[in-house]
Amino acid sequence: MKRRSYFLMFTALLGFIFLYVPMISLVIYSFNKSKLVGVWGGWSLKWYGELFQNEQIIDAALLSFNIAFITSCLAVILGTMAGFALTRMGRFKGKMLLSGWITAPLVMPEVITGLSLLLLFVTMESLFGWPAERGTLTIIIAHTTFCMAYVAVIVQSRLADMDESLEEAAMDLGAKPSSLFFLVTLPLIAPAIISGWLLSFTLSLDDLVIASFVSGPGNSTLPMVIFSKVRLGVTPEVNALATLMILIVAVGVVVAMLQMRRKQKNDETEA
Amino acid sequence: MTTEEKSNQTNSDTNPLTAPVPDLWRDPNATPFVEIENITKKFGDFTAVDNVSLKIYKRELFCLLGGSGSGKSTLLRMLAGFEAPTSGRILIDGVDMAGIQPWNRPVNMMFQSYALFPHLSVEKNVGFGLRRDGMAEEDVKRRVKEMLDMVQLGHLAKRKPNQLSGGQRQRVALARSLIKRPKLLLLDEPLGALDKKLREETQFELINLQEELGVTFIVVTHDQEEAMTLSTRIGVMNHGEIVQVGEPHDIYEYPNSRYVAQFVGSVNMIAGKVSVDEVDHVVVESEEAGCTMRIDHGISCAPNQEVHVALRPEKIMVAHDKPEQDLNCMKGRIEEIAYMGSLSVFRVRLPSGKEIRVTQPNYARDMGARFTWEDEVYLYWDVDSSVVLTV
Repeated sequence: MKRRSYFLMFTALLGFIFLYVPMISLVIYSFNKSKLVGVWGGWSLKWYGELFQNEQIIDAALLSFNIAFITSCLAVILGTMAGFALTRMGRFKGKMLLSGWITAPLVMPEVITGLSLLLLFVTMESLFGWPAERGTLTIIIAHTTFCMAYVAVIVQSRLADMDESLEEAAMDLGAKPSSLFFLVTLPLIAPAIISGWLLSFTLSLDDLVIASFVSGPGNSTLPMVIFSKVRLGVTPEVNALATLMILIVAVGVVVAMLQMRRKQKNDETEA
Repeated sequence: MTTEEKSNQTNSDTNPLTAPVPDLWRDPNATPFVEIENITKKFGDFTAVDNVSLKIYKRELFCLLGGSGSGKSTLLRMLAGFEAPTSGRILIDGVDMAGIQPWNRPVNMMFQSYALFPHLSVEKNVGFGLRRDGMAEEDVKRRVKEMLDMVQLGHLAKRKPNQLSGGQRQRVALARSLIKRPKLLLLDEPLGALDKKLREETQFELINLQEELGVTFIVVTHDQEEAMTLSTRIGVMNHGEIVQVGEPHDIYEYPNSRYVAQFVGSVNMIAGKVSVDEVDHVVVESEEAGCTMRIDHGISCAPNQEVHVALRPEKIMVAHDKPEQDLNCMKGRIEEIAYMGSLSVFRVRLPSGKEIRVTQPNYARDMGARFTWEDEVYLYWDVDSSVVLTV
């Protein structure tokens, strides 16, 4: 075995410290007994207790989860359809352009996405009165637009890797195109769909900027509530909330990654 | 179904399924099972299959042989229904296949990549076709078991395809394509992904299986050895056209063109001019060979026409001393010797600069020592060894 160089170990350590010290300190301070931020007063779980009694935060959390759930379901349906169309329509003029367009929301600054959606909703409201007010519905629509781009990209790459003769074999054995999709194609792209769903969920849960643009009064998502609270000063309660969110996002990301890894492993053994 | 099974168990002499294959293609009155009539397939400007007509008979093992891009796979895909012909007709068992979707054709296909469903077990893969037809679950189970036992995979029924070796996957693919008892089985490079030894074993299993089941096979391959061993007849394809159809022996010994002669086996092509053209023999004068060649079959050609004489390396004899015959005898110098165990390959340079490839079976242990580099040797052959080709 190759001896590890101390220099490389040191570099890696430095990188990880840089990345994780802020989060670790936040997690530690969420267990702080003292009310003052930056003064250690011993271990305690009291802020978690208070957190769960704060109705504003609980409501916001429920709203966020609600939005994230609906968003990821919609994004998965639309994104899978888009990914399917892009891989299966064959070659046509402007295919490259279309593929590029679907990935554009991934690199678009959130401020612009948020602003453009807000403008759209306002115009729509004045033109045909729908959506009547900005709130949960507009946030879901906004989140779905950028989440579906992620799903489309993931599904598209999975479909492109898929051996098309699998579908031909199914047809050859008597499967009509309608049943073929559910018997063969869907199970094969399921890992991509699941990781797309999880990614959408975390993206929607995290989003502050776009939600701030398109939400209405009384419809504050969790990141919005945290942000407004922090402006009045960091409380240990927010630390506790943030710790929980880190936990949820981390679990989501790890599960999504494991899904992708398993898919890759299967592909390797297939080859 | 039960009567069919009973007949499977009766004496093989009386069983029509295991009776020796009659050579239907030699009978001009026989009804073909698959009729391909003037099929053309174009992809944009590119003509993949160019006006192909073929008649394939029941219980044949027909090989479509050709290099890559010769259109053989496209032809197969049109039989399976994955591609629609640009023009022409395909009839299977007398039924025009135009507009009939792949899932409604009496045809199954074994794919080059095997196309096993990775998310299903071996058992589910093999039973896939029967379940699509809505067969009762217990019947599916029984048929799948029978089929897996036949390909000797009964013990692996619960495995997933990625837990199988290449040879096992090939058998699963074969079992899956045979389970619906298709009238016609299409095989796309069925042995291409196997290593050489496994391929040789599997070839014979494939032939046995085909004879046992009495299914008509159409095999696409680029491997001429595979085509020679497997098939009842071979159709050689080049640039989307069928260039020759015949039994393996005919294709090898009587190729109708230089392309076929060179594609199937190795061959020496010697250019020459026809000097005598009789009904039962031809005499060709060749500057390249430095001799006069006599071939014991007639051809239709113009006097003094430029022709090529095709001479297989194994049909040439080598000697140090001048043989008695003057015809069909060339002189040259050994430039290269490759000892391959069962035979030796010589590359002999003629005075004209032409290189001739000769193979000699090593029927004695010291054969390898009898000839050496730079030896002056005579190469000679019989009048019935070579073939004259005008195209």
